[in-house]
Amino acid sequence: MNQTVTSTAISTDQLDASFSALFEPRGILVAGASTHPGKFGFVSLHNVIASGYAGKIFATNLEGVEVLGIQTLPSLEELPQGAADLIFVCTPKSANLDLLRAAASKGVRAAFLTSAGYGEAGDQGRADEAELVELCQELGILLVGPNGQGVVSTPAKLCAQIVAPYPPEGGIGIASQSGNFVSSFMNWSCATGVGVSRAVSAGNAAATSVGDFLQMYSHDPATRVGLAYVEGVTDGRRFFDQMRAVAQKIPLVVIKGGATAGGAQAAASHTGSLANDDRTFDGACRQAGVTRAATVEEAFEAAATFATQPLPRGNKVVVMTTAGGWGVVTADAITRDHDLELIELPADLREAIDAYLPPRWSGSNPVDLAGGETRDTIPKVLELVASHPQVDAVVYLGIGIQSNQARMLSEGPFADEADVERIIAYHQRQDARFAQAAHDVSLATGKPILTATELAVAFGDNAGPATVRSTGRLCYSSADRAVTALGHMWRHSRYRILRDLPLIDGCPEAFLPTGNLLGGSVSSD
Amino acid sequence: MSRTLSEADSKAFLSEFNIPFATEVLVSTADEAVAAANAVGLPVAVKLCGEQISHKTERGLVRLGLSDSNSVHEAATALFAAAQPEDCATGVLVAPMISGARELIAGLSVDEQFGPTVLIGIGGILAEAIADVAVRLLPIAEVDAMDMLDQLQTQSLLDEFRGEPVVDRIAVGKVLLALSQIAAEHPEVLSIDLNPLIISDGQPIAVDALVEVQS
Repeated sequence: MNQTVTSTAISTDQLDASFSALFEPRGILVAGASTHPGKFGFVSLHNVIASGYAGKIFATNLEGVEVLGIQTLPSLEELPQGAADLIFVCTPKSANLDLLRAAASKGVRAAFLTSAGYGEAGDQGRADEAELVELCQELGILLVGPNGQGVVSTPAKLCAQIVAPYPPEGGIGIASQSGNFVSSFMNWSCATGVGVSRAVSAGNAAATSVGDFLQMYSHDPATRVGLAYVEGVTDGRRFFDQMRAVAQKIPLVVIKGGATAGGAQAAASHTGSLANDDRTFDGACRQAGVTRAATVEEAFEAAATFATQPLPRGNKVVVMTTAGGWGVVTADAITRDHDLELIELPADLREAIDAYLPPRWSGSNPVDLAGGETRDTIPKVLELVASHPQVDAVVYLGIGIQSNQARMLSEGPFADEADVERIIAYHQRQDARFAQAAHDVSLATGKPILTATELAVAFGDNAGPATVRSTGRLCYSSADRAVTALGHMWRHSRYRILRDLPLIDGCPEAFLPTGNLLGGSVSSD
Repeated sequence: MSRTLSEADSKAFLSEFNIPFATEVLVSTADEAVAAANAVGLPVAVKLCGEQISHKTERGLVRLGLSDSNSVHEAATALFAAAQPEDCATGVLVAPMISGARELIAGLSVDEQFGPTVLIGIGGILAEAIADVAVRLLPIAEVDAMDMLDQLQTQSLLDEFRGEPVVDRIAVGKVLLALSQIAAEHPEVLSIDLNPLIISDGQPIAVDALVEVQS
């Protein structure tokens, strides 16, 4: 066993004290900078510069040559005292102990080690790793890795990584036992526009575990939700206690590798992880208030939803759609989720909607407008539905259809005709309005409104999904995925309600209702 | 090292924590078995009871659904005769047949990585194939016990079923809370099996119980 998520004995105070050195350093030192664009020592320095990091950047190179416009230092002697908090280590293993001693003497308080050859490499590697941990403890340096991919912190515009990408800024805090999962989550962030606060790959997690990073995030004002990949849990009880403490403060989404017999075998050869009884792990997650996701996209979308939607106060869902078939399938998805309820449309709400639609609308939930909408119908009906006291969440379908036609018109042979031009602009304006209305009504009511269309991936610049994105929210690529995310959200809300935990802790300030709903009673059924 | 308490001792121990069992009588002769059967009410089940009995069912040491004095006498006689010295038999248990279409399983065990855990699941002969269980780390609170029942996939089994009323979830939850309490007060307990926990008229009644303790 060379990777665990629970091997550390670092105290919460120590973690909090080291937080800024790792995620908001005054300066960073890249040790082992290289002129070869294929080497980690080049790529990591490049990424630090390219992400726009505003602190001081230093680099070492044995020959002291210039790398990427930075005059490197042949040794740490020339590093100004206290100028760098974080050292990003790309040197071979043999150099690291002396390097860390020198760095500590210059005021460095956190070290990210990409170097391989430690715990993942046999008995000698394990012994070297133990020595490394001991030295860092002695020096008072927070050790991250070794054998990790890097650390990202968007509030500091820091991308100290040996891989891409650098994600947009946002509220998701990522920690992973596998570096590539950090990349996957951040690629999803780039694809959807829902941003990341901090991200770190724990590598061998010799001293600092996934659980430790999540604990840091739970005290981090920039992080609204934790998102983690874990593979092996050795001290399950400690992991559970840590996860529960985190989930009391911020929602936490976990994907666990090795959940099946086949996966467990793969995990054993990947990180040497022992298999966990999955029923026990699953129960522990529910008990800790942790959202467990089965796939990488489900995990990301759950986290993105927690980061950008207010927590629902109950499980009563209404679907609003401009087309029947989608509504039917979404009604199925809601019904299949045992915890959500597709409510019968309250009579007063039905009557209120009647005033805005011709009689052919469905008259029930899903609210199918059936093409009866005119210019202002969608924002109005959304508002009526979401403000109704018996409704806790809304799934909105059908956005972007007209703008999709507008695209075809604008690419067609008649695009220049005045009438065509006018209708293109009208459609785009309308879809942008509808997306904005979903956001505004959600803010005003404090209720989640999830907008879904495959146009988000088919034509991401469609005015509908593009506007959803510009409001900071996720445009779900299908209603099923929206319902899955909503189910996760409700289960976390319910966890909090049943344990008298405030819902607001999990609710980003920006999404607090502007009305007086906060003072109202919380629906728990 | 661990040892397993006899069924009678297991039940006596668990009863102190209000885990519901049917009235059972431990007897040492076939005549006593008949008297006990008439006292608890026919039909009854009779089982050989002892600390070391394994493969009780496979060896035919459980006789179910005995509905008259003769068959009780006959069965008890056979069980006494079948006892082997290594069974350390202490007698024959006479218990009323508990009827109910639904069976659950409940228990306590120690997970290598997570420590003591409690489990509830759908029982019966298809239990292993259905594998519908919920596990929690101990201790649990009432809200966790209720959530365990909510987590079971086969929710329709907990509703009204074949003319039987809905399962009393609070009563089942109390069994789980009792297991949690036992673990807290008796760290020497390594595992508990309540299998089956029959739902009779909506109420859980443990029909068989095994307690394993550190020795």
